[in-house]
Amino acid sequence: MYRYDEFDATFVRQRVAQFSDQVERRLRGEITEDEFRPLRLMNGVYLQLHAYMLRIAIPYGTLSSTQMRRLAHIARTYDKGFGHFTTRQNLQFNWPALKDVPAILAELAEVEMHAIQTSGNCIRNVTADHFAGAAFDEADDPRPYAEILRQWSSLHPEFSFLPRKFKIAVTGAAHDRAAIRLHDIGLEVKRGDDGGIGFAVHVGGGQGRTPMIAREINPFVPEADILAYVDAILRVYNLFGRRDNKFKARIKILVHETGIDELRRLVEEEFAQIRGGVLGLPAEEAERIRAYFAPPAFTARPAASARLDAARAGNPALDRFSRQNLHRHRTPGYTSLTVSLKPIGGIPGDASADQMDAVAAIAERWAFSEIRVSHEQNLILPHLALDDVPEVFAALAEAGLATANAGAITDIIACPGLDYCALANARSIPLASALSERFGAPDRQDEIGPLSIKISGCINACGHHHVGHIGILGVDRKGEEFYQISLGGNPDESASIGDIIGPGFFADGVIDAVETVVDTYLKLRTSPGETFLAAYRRLGEAPFKEALYGA
Amino acid sequence: MLEILTANRLSDGDVVYRTAAGDWVDTIDDAELIDDTDQLTVAVAAAQADVKASRVLDVAPIAVETAEGHIVPKRLRERIRAFGPTVKSDHRPGAV
Repeated sequence: MYRYDEFDATFVRQRVAQFSDQVERRLRGEITEDEFRPLRLMNGVYLQLHAYMLRIAIPYGTLSSTQMRRLAHIARTYDKGFGHFTTRQNLQFNWPALKDVPAILAELAEVEMHAIQTSGNCIRNVTADHFAGAAFDEADDPRPYAEILRQWSSLHPEFSFLPRKFKIAVTGAAHDRAAIRLHDIGLEVKRGDDGGIGFAVHVGGGQGRTPMIAREINPFVPEADILAYVDAILRVYNLFGRRDNKFKARIKILVHETGIDELRRLVEEEFAQIRGGVLGLPAEEAERIRAYFAPPAFTARPAASARLDAARAGNPALDRFSRQNLHRHRTPGYTSLTVSLKPIGGIPGDASADQMDAVAAIAERWAFSEIRVSHEQNLILPHLALDDVPEVFAALAEAGLATANAGAITDIIACPGLDYCALANARSIPLASALSERFGAPDRQDEIGPLSIKISGCINACGHHHVGHIGILGVDRKGEEFYQISLGGNPDESASIGDIIGPGFFADGVIDAVETVVDTYLKLRTSPGETFLAAYRRLGEAPFKEALYGA
Repeated sequence: MLEILTANRLSDGDVVYRTAAGDWVDTIDDAELIDDTDQLTVAVAAAQADVKASRVLDVAPIAVETAEGHIVPKRLRERIRAFGPTVKSDHRPGAV
């Protein structure tokens, strides 16, 4: 894992001191809320419905056991004993007191963490494939580049007051698990003809009230030029992005209004000016950062684990878990394991302090102390010997974390919604819980196969409803919660925005409506091998519309 | 229309309600019930002074009704602020 250098440690420590002073002055009444709000937001502190909320950055979703233990400690000491992992691979505490935030930030700084740039019109936490450095299908590990982008973007003076927030995601595999086409900039690490590393650069994706799939602006930017190229995009956006209308300020609108060809021309022009200058990425420097992400000390193992296979044969629960929650690793005899934060009927993304400690301990004992947060709101143990899966499964079960549903219909993404969020119009969590219970029987989940339900409580789309195979958007209709259903959304390399299928439903009808959609799929699919998304793309919306609303 | 004044306490962000004595308390049933425009104007002015004094923020009048001696906000959002998240179970101590 990356370790802070002197510069990182200094700026984080300085920021804690600055913000502590600002909080003190605010509490003493020396500065007003209008003066304080931008300062607290720059440090991840929001005011939500019930309390302040602190959003902590987890760079590219990577955590050590030490860091996870510290998050558990903070949850226990300063909050109500739990935290919420988000679709931005961040962690949110729902109940911190403002007066305690300086102490929390000081505790985070001790384990090389902070909440800087988790809000505001700046470059936010860079996200990455949660199987980075572990997946079998990767061209190269995206994390070194996510880290290089983090260093470049942290406290960047030119990009601290952009027209709007700016999100970057990086994947190292052609199969996109980081939803790069739904980001302001999406990067895919590639190998050139000569084997050298470069990036396909996508620009202008996003969700919110105007969902758009990113356009490819450059199919291959060599490694040495990537910072300069991204910088050029930011400069063009900073100059031409709209500041007159908050709803039209994201780069996706600029791409849409300017056209990708003209935008490419502007970026290339800027790039030509700065290419080869201070933003060049020398091979030695890339190598230096890459060294931080060297694979752990794997031992030579056979590709299959006789031990795990034998244990699975005698334990149906373990067998099901192994089928559902393991992901193929690049190293023979190893696997990546999804720790589902989606217990049947529970709250997507929530973990108690005890569960965080349990995952930290499990990672320490069996998985090289490494943990990831996925944008699907689960935790991942990226490097685990197949032989150790039975013990890890048992330990997870003891912590209430052995739900076998990664990628299944109950692996629901949901934003905090009206239960917590000041922006929400409708609740998300109770809907997620009810859907999870409706479809939670193992046989039912197995019958349905891979199907994502994603729920947002408002048009800002933190719950990624636009790219759910089944998306649900909560709105307020004359004071009542009302839910629109969209179908066919998808976040990967064949990204698509879901189609709104028809009039929405009140809360008491939406669960049945989703079940009608699912049953229609089961009835019409050509075989159990045809996924919901494939079937929807073949059939179109008509049969689903008819099932929901009649002919 | 029956209204009460709500805000968030500056130091911890907790949801609070304004009493007839001008205090800010956690319990909604202790809020001052206001059904008179002039009375509301006076109360809001006093509450804004508490915003200036950095005791509370985001002061807002909210519509309520009374049921069996209790004050209940009309809007779901305010009921959630008053009585907590409606989630079935979570990791909060004492949550069911």
